[in-house]
Amino acid sequence: MKILGLIIISTLLILSLCGPYLIPHSPLEINLNRRFEGPNKIYPFGTDHLGRCVLSRLIEGARRSLSSALLTQTIALFIGISIGLLSGYRGGGVDFLLMRLVDLTLAFPSLILSLALIGLIGPGLQNAMIAFALVHWAIYARFVRGLVLEIKGKQFIEAARSLGVGPFRMITHHYLPNIFSPLLILTSLDTGRVIFTLSGLSFLGLGAQPPIPDWGAMLNEGRLYLSTSPHLMLFPGLAIFIAVMGFYLLGEGMVEYKKDFSFLGTRSKNKD
Amino acid sequence: MISYLSKRFLFLIPLWIGISIIGFIFIQLSPGDPAEILLQKEGIEPTPEAIETMRSKLGLNDPPYIQYIRWLWKLIHMDIGVSYKTGEPVINELLNRLPATLELTLVSFGFIVILSLMIGLLSALNKHGIFDRVGVLMAIMGASIPSFWLGLILIYLFSIKLRWFPIMGRGSVYHLVLPALTLSFGTLIVQARLLRTSLQEVLRKDFIMTALAKGVSRKRILIRHALPNAVLPLMTNLGLILGRLLGGAVIVETIFAWPGIGRLAVESILQRDYPVIQGYLLLTALIFVFINLCVDVGYRLIDPRIELDR
Repeated sequence: MKILGLIIISTLLILSLCGPYLIPHSPLEINLNRRFEGPNKIYPFGTDHLGRCVLSRLIEGARRSLSSALLTQTIALFIGISIGLLSGYRGGGVDFLLMRLVDLTLAFPSLILSLALIGLIGPGLQNAMIAFALVHWAIYARFVRGLVLEIKGKQFIEAARSLGVGPFRMITHHYLPNIFSPLLILTSLDTGRVIFTLSGLSFLGLGAQPPIPDWGAMLNEGRLYLSTSPHLMLFPGLAIFIAVMGFYLLGEGMVEYKKDFSFLGTRSKNKD
Repeated sequence: MISYLSKRFLFLIPLWIGISIIGFIFIQLSPGDPAEILLQKEGIEPTPEAIETMRSKLGLNDPPYIQYIRWLWKLIHMDIGVSYKTGEPVINELLNRLPATLELTLVSFGFIVILSLMIGLLSALNKHGIFDRVGVLMAIMGASIPSFWLGLILIYLFSIKLRWFPIMGRGSVYHLVLPALTLSFGTLIVQARLLRTSLQEVLRKDFIMTALAKGVSRKRILIRHALPNAVLPLMTNLGLILGRLLGGAVIVETIFAWPGIGRLAVESILQRDYPVIQGYLLLTALIFVFINLCVDVGYRLIDPRIELDR
C-alpha cells in the first residue's frame, strides 16, 4: 500500500516534469472535425467538445494540479509555521490573540470560507489558491504550536537556553528540525485534500477557467456531455481520484515509517 | 447542567463577535460603492455631489466602529441588506433556500449514521474476513474519491443508463437518494472504518470477557455491551462531519441542481452579488457553531463520566 502511494506520486512527478515531451498532441489544439471521439488509436483517451486530445490535457493538467497544490501548500505552510512558532514560542498575550484568530478561521467550514474569499477577490485559479491558503494555514498554525509547546518542556531546549542561544538560532536550530517530520507527514496527508479542493473549486467554475487544461475544469466542461460522451467525465475524475489517493497513501506510509524509525527522532536530543 | 450551558454560551460570545467582524470586513472590502449602486438602482445619475449626499445619508462617512455597531444592530434584527440582483432582502432568499440544504444535509447525515453502523458492525464481526479486507480498500477509496466525480458517475449509471432515479432537481424522495449518497459516501466509509477499529479495541476489554463468561450471547455482547462504548469516541467527530457536509453541499447542490443555499452562494459569487455571499457566510457559520455546541452538550449528556463544568 505504501509503495503504491510512492509509485503514484513519482509517476505524477515524472508526468508533470516530462509532460511536454510525452503528450501526443498539443493540449490546446482544436480540431472541430474530430469532436467527441471515444478512445481510439490516435487519441487514447478520446477527444472533447472542441476535438482536443483528452490524454494530452490530462498530462498537462497533472503539472498544473501538482504545482498549484504545492504552491498553495507553501503559502499555507509559511503562514502557518510562522504564526504557530511565534504563538508557541512567545506564549502569553501574543499566543492568546493568535490562537483566537485560528479559532475564528476554523469556526467556518473551510470550503465555505474559501468560497467567500473567492467571492471577494473574484474567480480564477490564482485567486482560488490564495483564498484556500488563507483559510488552510490555521490547521498548520495550531499543529505547529502544539509541537512547539511539547518541545518547549524538553531538556535539550533548557540546555540550549542556559548556554545562551538566541531566539533566532533557537528556532532555526532547535525547534524547526524537531517539528519537521511530523509536519511533513501532515503536509503529505493534506496535499491530497488541497488538490481535491482546488479541483472542486475549478469544477464549480470558481478556480481555473477554460481553456486551461485543469482536471476540475475539464470535469466541469465534460459534465454537459454526460449522456453522450461519458469518457469526458470519467478520465479527469479518475486522475483527481488517483492523485488524491497517492498523497493519502504516501502520508499513511510515512506514519508507519515514522513508527518503525522513531528512534531517529532522538537525534537532536543527543546532540545537545 | 444549566450553569454549564450558560458558561458555554458565554464562551461563544467572543466567537460570535469575531464572526460578525469578519462578515463586516467582508462587505467593507467588497468592490463597488454602495451609495453609487443605490443611486443607480433609483435611476438617479451618480454625480459626485449625489454620491456624497447619499454617502452621508447612509452613514458611510462615519468612523468604522460606528458603522460596525449600526451594521450589527441591523444584523441582530435579521437585516443583512438586499440582493444586488433581485432586490429581495438577503435573509428571505437564504431562508427560502435553507430547507433544501437542511433536508439534503440531514438525510446524508442519517445515511452516515445508519450505514456506517451497519458496515462497522459487519466488518468487526467477521474480522479479517473478505468483508473486512474489502473495507480497508474501500476506506482508502472513500477518503480520496472526489464527490463531484462520484456524483457524475452515479447520475450516469443510475439516471441515464438504468433510469432508476431522476437526474436532477428536488421533489420526491427519489430525487434525494443520489445527492445524499454522493454527499455522504466518503465520510460514511471512513466512519465505518473508525467504528470497526474502536469496536475491536472495546472487545478486548475485561468487561466483555466477564459478559462472555456469564454466558451472554455474542450478538448481545456486541450490540448491548460493546457498541455503546465504541460509538462514544466517534461522537466528537459529529460536529466536524456536519460542517463537512455543509461545505460539501455546495458541490453536490451544483451537480444535482439542488435549490439550496450552497448553489445560491456559487451563483452569487459568479454574479458578484456580495450581500448574498456575506449572508451565506454568516448563516453557515451560525449553523456550524450551533451544531458544535449541540454535539458538545449531547456528548456530555450521553457520557456521564465527562465532567460538565470543565
